[in-house]
Amino acid sequence: MLTRRTMLACAAVSALLVTAPALADELSSLPHVKVNLVAPPFIHPHEQATKAPPSVIQFRMEVQEKELVIDNDGTKIHAMTFNGSVPGPMMVVHQGDYVELTLINPSTNTLAHNIDFHSSTGALGGGALTLINPGEQVVLRWKATRAGVFVYHCAPGGSMIPWHVVSGMNGAVMVLPRDGLKDETGKPLHYDKAYYIGEQDFYVPRDDKGKYKTYASAGDSYPDTVEVMRKLIPTHEVFNGRVDSLTGKNALQAKVGERVLIIHSQANRDTRPHLIGGHGDYVWETGKFANPPEKDLETWFIRGGSAGAALYTFRQPGIYAYVNHNLIEAVELGATAQFKVDGKWDDDLMKQVQPPSPIKPADKLGALQRPQGNI
Amino acid sequence: MKAGSFPLRETADGADIMLTLFSTKALLKITLVSFLPLAAAGAPFAFHRAPGQAVTAIETVTLAPAEFSYRVAGDFSRDRMPVNAPLVRSRLPDSLVIMKAEVSEADFGRCVQDGACRVIAQAGSLRSDVPVTGVSWEDAIAYAQWLSGKTGEVWRLPTDEEWVFAAGSRAKDDAIETDTTDFSQRWLAKYEQEAARERNGDRRPRTTGSFGINEHGLLDVAGNVWEWTDTCFIRHDLDSQNRPVGEATTNCGVRVVQGAHRSYVSSFIRDARGGGCSTGTPPDNLGFRLVRDDRSWLKRMVGRAFEQLKPAA
Repeated sequence: MLTRRTMLACAAVSALLVTAPALADELSSLPHVKVNLVAPPFIHPHEQATKAPPSVIQFRMEVQEKELVIDNDGTKIHAMTFNGSVPGPMMVVHQGDYVELTLINPSTNTLAHNIDFHSSTGALGGGALTLINPGEQVVLRWKATRAGVFVYHCAPGGSMIPWHVVSGMNGAVMVLPRDGLKDETGKPLHYDKAYYIGEQDFYVPRDDKGKYKTYASAGDSYPDTVEVMRKLIPTHEVFNGRVDSLTGKNALQAKVGERVLIIHSQANRDTRPHLIGGHGDYVWETGKFANPPEKDLETWFIRGGSAGAALYTFRQPGIYAYVNHNLIEAVELGATAQFKVDGKWDDDLMKQVQPPSPIKPADKLGALQRPQGNI
Repeated sequence: MKAGSFPLRETADGADIMLTLFSTKALLKITLVSFLPLAAAGAPFAFHRAPGQAVTAIETVTLAPAEFSYRVAGDFSRDRMPVNAPLVRSRLPDSLVIMKAEVSEADFGRCVQDGACRVIAQAGSLRSDVPVTGVSWEDAIAYAQWLSGKTGEVWRLPTDEEWVFAAGSRAKDDAIETDTTDFSQRWLAKYEQEAARERNGDRRPRTTGSFGINEHGLLDVAGNVWEWTDTCFIRHDLDSQNRPVGEATTNCGVRVVQGAHRSYVSSFIRDARGGGCSTGTPPDNLGFRLVRDDRSWLKRMVGRAFEQLKPAA
C-alpha cells in the first residue's frame, strides 16, 4: 500500500516535472482563465452561456486537514477538506473547456490526498495522477466533455477512500452547455442565482456513555471511525459541513419571482432533496444536462456519488425548509437548510380561509350521528 | 386570585379586559396546580417527615409585587389576521419566591435516586454546577412533586407571567416589529428577530452562573437553557379594542418555555433543537427552575387542620 502510494506519488511528481514548463504545450494557444473559488453554498461568478472559445480554466485548491465542529454540541471531527470547506468549492466551466487544477498538500498536513473527478475521463478520474504527500503539489488537466453537475472527491486507495470522503473531502463541478441550460423543447433556461448544497454523512464514534469521542489526530480516530462507518448508519447527516450551517442568520435568500438553481451533491450516500412549500420546476435528477429536465417534481433522488440540479422560481414569500426528505435525517441528523424568501403573498395560490378556531357545532358530524347508549 | 393569573389586573389597553378570557381556565388551573402535586406524589402530608437529607438548601430569590408590563403568551388574531398578543400592565398579588438558579443535574439526580424522576441521559456524573437539561415539562412536574414531598413546601413551575416578572430586563418582548398583518411578512420578521440574536455555535449547557445575574439576583436567565413554565398554549381572537372575542382554544399539551425568546413546546419533548419546518430558532436546551408557593402551602395546612377536626366517618 505504502509502496504503491509512494510510487504513485513519484509518478505524480515526475509528471509534474514534465508538464510544468509546459504551459507551452499543445493547449498554449487557447485562452487561459484563472478563477478564484468561493466556499459553498456560493458559487464563483460565471456565464450561463458563453460565446468564448473553449478555454483552459485554471483553479487552485489546497487540501486542509483541520478540526471542524459539526453540530451544536461541539462535536469535533478531524475533517479533511478541499480548500477548507465541507463540501469543497464548486467549479463551473463550459462543455469543451479544459479544467486545470493545481492541487496543493501543505507540509503541515499528515496524510496523502488526491482527487477523482467524476466529470473527467481516465486514470480513476485523475486520482491515479494526483496522489500527493504533505509538502507536494500537482497539476491535473482534463477536458470537460459532458455537461452536467458531477461529484469530485478524494480517493487515495483502499479504506482511505470512504474515510476521506466521509471526513468531508468532496465537492462538485458544474459543466454547463456552451449555450446554457435548456428545457425539454430546447428553449433556454436561465437562473438568477445558484446555490451549491453539499450533503455530508459523518460517522463519529461514541464512548461507553454515549458521548462523542474526540481524538488527538485524524489517524487516531481512524480505527473507531471505520467501525462506525461499517455499520452504515451516520451519526450526522448535514448540509455544508455542520448542523444548522444554512439556517437562521445563514439561511439561503431569494425573492419571489427569482429563478434559483439548487445544485445538490452527496458523494457517498443516497438522498432525496425536497423544498417544503415549493417544487422543482425543472429538475435534472441525475444531474446531466444532455437529458431533458423533469418537470414539477416534489422530491428528487440524488444517488450517492452524484449531483443533481433543480431550477425553481419562488412564488410565495416566507420560510422554506429545504430538506433531505428522509425526515429523520432532516430533523434528527441535521439535513435541513432554510430559504428566506421576500416578496408579496399570493392569495390565489394559498389562503387561510378560516383561521384555527373552535370547532363549530355543525361540523361535529360524528356527534350527531353517534347512536345513543353503549355501542 | 393566585399569582400568575393576570386577568383581573388592568391592562395597557383598557381595564379588566382579560377577565372573560382567562378566568375559568385560570381557576381550573389553580385547582389543578394546588392539589395535583400532592395527590400525585402519593404522600400528601409528607411535610410531617423530616426533610430528606438529600435535599440541599434551596437558594431562592424573593420578589415583592411590583408593576411590570407583560406580553400575554399565545397566538392572537384580529379579523382572521395574526396580531401581536396584548401587552398588559401586571402586578402579581403576592411575593414571588423563585429559585436563584436553574435546577442542577445533581438536584435532579436525587429525585431520580428516589425513583420519583426519570433517569436522564446525561453522560458522565451528574454535576451540581450544571443545570439539568434534556427534561420535559412532565419531568419538571415530577421533580416539583418530589421536591414538595421532600420539603413539605409547595414547589411548582412558574407561570409564564411569573417568569417574565422574575426575568426582569432579560425577558424579551416577542411582539413582531412590523405593521403588516400579512402572515408571511410577520413570519419572516419573527424568523429574522430570532436569528439575529447572537448565539454561540456550541449550545451545550454551561456551568451555573455562566450567563450572569439579573437585576433581581436570578442566575442565567435567558442563557442557553430555556425554562419550562406551567402556562398552556392558547389561541384567541381579539376585537379592534384588543379585547378577547369568544372562547380561547387552550392546549395544555403544549407549554410555554422561556428564555432568550419565548417558545411553545409539547410537554413530552426533552430536546427541542430539531425545530421543525416552519419554526424559527428552536430552544438550545430545555431545563427549569421552580417557584415556592407559600400561599398554597398555607391553604393546605389549614385544610388539613380542618380535616382533622371533622369526626371520623
